[in-house]
Amino acid sequence: MKIRKIYDTMEYGPAPESRAAADEWLQARNHEFQLFIDGQWESPKSKKHFESFNPANKEFLARIAEAGKKDVDRAVSAAKKALPGWAALSGHARARYLYALARQVQKHSRLFAVLESLDNGKPIRETRDIDIPLVARHFYHHAGWAQLRDTELPDYKEVGVVGQIIPWNFPLLMLAWKVAPALAMGNTVVLKPAEFTSLTALLFAEICQHVGLPAGVVNIITGAGETGALLTQHKDIDKIAFTGSTEVGRIIRRATAGSGKKLSLELGGKSPFIVFEDSDLDSVVEGVVDAIWFNQGQVCCAGSRLLVQESVAERLYKKIRARMETLRVGNPLDKGIDIGAIVAPVQLKTIEQLVKKGIDQGATLWQPSWACPTEGYFYPPTLFTEVSPAHVIAREEIFGPVLVAMTFRTPAEAVQLANNTRYGLAASIWTENINLALDIAPKVKAGTVWINCTNVFDAASGFGGYRESGFGREGGKEGLYEYVRLKAEDEFQDKPIRPGKSKPKGEENGLPALPPIDRTPKMYIGGKQARPDGGYSTAVYGANGRILGEIGEGNRKDIRNAVEAAHAARSWATTTGHAKAQVLYFIAENLAARAGEFANRIIDLTGCKPEDARKEVDASIERIFYYAALADKYDGAVHHTVFRNVTLAMPEPIGVMAIVCPDESPLLGFISTVIPAIAMGNRVVAVPSASFPLSATDFYQVLDTSDLPGGVLNIVTGEQDDLAQVLANHDDVDGIWYFGGKAGSKMVEHDSAENMKRAWASHGKYRDWMNPAHGAGEVFLRMATQVKNIWVPYGE
Amino acid sequence: MKNNVKHKEPTEAPARLPILPLDLDVIKGIRINRSAVERRAATLGKRRTVKKEWQAAWLLRAIACIDLTTLAGDDTPGNVTRLCAKARQPVRQDLMDSLGVGDMNLHTGAVCVYHNLIPTAVEALKGTDIPVAAVSTGFPAGQVSMKQKLNEIKESVQAGAREIDIVISRAHVLRGEWEKLYEEVAAFREACGPAHMKAILATGELATLTNVAKASHVCMMAGADFIKTSTGKESVNATLPVSLVMVRAIREFHERTGFKVGFKPAGGIRTAKQSLEWLFLMKEELGNDWLQPELFRFGASSLLGDIERQLEHFVTGRYSASYRHPMS
Repeated sequence: MKIRKIYDTMEYGPAPESRAAADEWLQARNHEFQLFIDGQWESPKSKKHFESFNPANKEFLARIAEAGKKDVDRAVSAAKKALPGWAALSGHARARYLYALARQVQKHSRLFAVLESLDNGKPIRETRDIDIPLVARHFYHHAGWAQLRDTELPDYKEVGVVGQIIPWNFPLLMLAWKVAPALAMGNTVVLKPAEFTSLTALLFAEICQHVGLPAGVVNIITGAGETGALLTQHKDIDKIAFTGSTEVGRIIRRATAGSGKKLSLELGGKSPFIVFEDSDLDSVVEGVVDAIWFNQGQVCCAGSRLLVQESVAERLYKKIRARMETLRVGNPLDKGIDIGAIVAPVQLKTIEQLVKKGIDQGATLWQPSWACPTEGYFYPPTLFTEVSPAHVIAREEIFGPVLVAMTFRTPAEAVQLANNTRYGLAASIWTENINLALDIAPKVKAGTVWINCTNVFDAASGFGGYRESGFGREGGKEGLYEYVRLKAEDEFQDKPIRPGKSKPKGEENGLPALPPIDRTPKMYIGGKQARPDGGYSTAVYGANGRILGEIGEGNRKDIRNAVEAAHAARSWATTTGHAKAQVLYFIAENLAARAGEFANRIIDLTGCKPEDARKEVDASIERIFYYAALADKYDGAVHHTVFRNVTLAMPEPIGVMAIVCPDESPLLGFISTVIPAIAMGNRVVAVPSASFPLSATDFYQVLDTSDLPGGVLNIVTGEQDDLAQVLANHDDVDGIWYFGGKAGSKMVEHDSAENMKRAWASHGKYRDWMNPAHGAGEVFLRMATQVKNIWVPYGE
Repeated sequence: MKNNVKHKEPTEAPARLPILPLDLDVIKGIRINRSAVERRAATLGKRRTVKKEWQAAWLLRAIACIDLTTLAGDDTPGNVTRLCAKARQPVRQDLMDSLGVGDMNLHTGAVCVYHNLIPTAVEALKGTDIPVAAVSTGFPAGQVSMKQKLNEIKESVQAGAREIDIVISRAHVLRGEWEKLYEEVAAFREACGPAHMKAILATGELATLTNVAKASHVCMMAGADFIKTSTGKESVNATLPVSLVMVRAIREFHERTGFKVGFKPAGGIRTAKQSLEWLFLMKEELGNDWLQPELFRFGASSLLGDIERQLEHFVTGRYSASYRHPMS
């Protein structure tokens, strides 16, 4: 009768994936795990363990070591010890190890998949069909980059010992995103998985042992936030890579400020999912499922804000509600389940609280008619309509299966709504009109833009955020730069490099005995000369001690005005490369016409030899030519990702950038830092050398004659660190470069954490600006841009 | 008998879809994104599965939805009679008994043949309510005169076919002549009279999924009781992406008009596993109503054989061989 009954009702029934092999694996280890340090399993010196549970049924899974200070020290020193040997291996040798790891992941793919599902609560379909295949793909792809590093990145070397902290939502995949590029580029690693989901990282450690990875190259230390904090603060860590919440990312940014540690952060999101009226609405519905009901919505790039054109909103909501009814929530190990368990009670509570907030604030909630299982931590798919940007649920990352929907009237309003967030991780755009799609994609502030698809990943494409979603990319060639540094950095000096002085010889430069006409260098804001808001000026003395002029003392308001002027000049970002190049060439031309005057100024300011001054001017002209040349040639890539998809990696300008110029090299230091930023389409607020500001203020006269649109380059003179602090704390500044001492670098990095502006500081290491290997090159363009990957599937 | 009732008896039979006016605005508004459709189609079979008793029950349901078909130049009364016997008793009685469904009177949804074999099939199915379906209108290419096509339908209905599988003129679709397509299919429907009409789109020859969607809507407006993917003679026949597009068109049509149109994928569905994927598609996109032979059919000839072997495997735990099951 049973079959007959099923025949009548046509229910699905249970379809459990076997967990026998995973249970056997846990039992064989007595459900207890130690720390993987220096190729060995070590009991924690902390003598502490914590417990890990299956969120689908609350069963105990394992006792896991909690690494304390001594354990972190042990792991970091093991990685440090292993570094020289690992870095000295040929790229081919490292490629072999990564290839072996990829193979091992594939060979044990089902064990990984089942363990991940048990530990995290995500459906076996996802671990089996998405997570684990992407892990293998990531190691294969980076085996290739290991092989190619020395030919593709000949000017770079490994960073050193890398500390990596990963989240619980994609445990093994995030491990792969961190470990694969780090090893490929010759670094050694100390990795801490999230305390909710350590198991697959521990199985990965066994695989490292199995393939004979040299001891200490990968160390895996388990623990919670305190362990992570110890790792980020460790003095022998050269780089921190973190994926997790923006809140913790900010703490790490501040904690590592001034340490010289490289940092990449992949943080939260509230990604827009934009639906235009001409889209394939049935496909949109499945896109929504993939966007917000993938991994229980616990996805940093989840399309959690549905923005729909008014004309189709009701139709789409109706379709989504109908689709929600057919989603299946339940045992994650069931092969026919769409939505598994929320990772932990604390996360479930957060979701419940935010949903309550949504209801309280007047949004309309819709959930399917069926009920979730009660034995574990489950939450049903949820849709909020009548949401407005003022609602908490429209602004805060819920990190659960909760979609909030808003409507828009026009494409322009869609962009405004999409960008009305602190985050900028991803976006999804749905339209059958390629003109519209490719118009909107560059306007949305997001590191990844999916056209007519969502949550598609591949190792060949970079992934990472704009704004408070963090910085740095993972995947693709753009991701490799997080794990290398310029070899030339080894040549940087601890003191500023200045040319020698000429002997003072009476009346310098043979100037006539008449008193000079008083000249008043002003600030330069919005293409106009501006007096300092405060009304104070400071004398600038020449090398001979004579006053050369008085410059305005810039203050907060001058910075405010300059930033506003820079924002007003936003059309510079979309000016063609050719047009930008033409302006830069014209600047060079006009500078050349006044080369003598600029050389004399340098001599007066620094007292250098005339030939050195001339060389600096010539080098400045050449440098402008160099970036003019690159203005229409630094042009991104098309990545080889998934089938029938053009994945465009577009370098986009950072936006409004603050540049605190080097104090040495009055003209060349200014040119070398400001011009590449402008060449990439940024608008710049420059704080020139405080000792020698007059070369920069002279320069605005060159700008005035060179067709540079007002507001693209703004010059605010004054005490550099004071102005730098105002800029670092300005939330409408997107990036800041600081070429100065250690204390200023620390301040800039620390204070840039609030809005996660991209900070690039020199930490008291000084370049020889005359040397192109130090003072020019691709690195300046890379730091002046962020890569946006636009995924465009095709096929009619 | 009451245990034998397959599905809940409707209190009154729903009205049959009439020929509706052609609404070109609907056609103009159609947007299909191929990549997104393919992505959904590719994951459908991975998001759902049925095991053990559930699998057995679902495979029985697949059988009930098969239009058991032979469409060959060498068809004779001999092999068609054999096919009809198989349609009456698709699975060995001992297997049905072992499955606990020995009394359910399982049979296929229909038997599908060329016009000349209709009398043989009608005769062989006497005493059952298994309908005979005939392919028609110059099947498979449809490159004959309209007059011939209409005559063919009428003759087949007269010969006892209760279902007519017509082919549309692909040229109308490829040239965007939606009025002509509508008129053609509506005329076919008129000619069918009481016989139910399945409109074969021959999707493998329609070039794009957008064309498939548009043709689906036009055929439904023109009164097609079923829309069907293929003749089985094109180089590409039933695929999941094409089926997904057609099934969504059926859903849209139902929402717009209140009429339920059936779906028939045909050609290339040979394995039990494939048949389950289509059943998942129907349940997920349209709901359980479309898991009934009234609204869902497989056009298949070799599918049944594979299902029989899977059912025997379920009963015995041993992998089966095709010679253990009566041939059709």
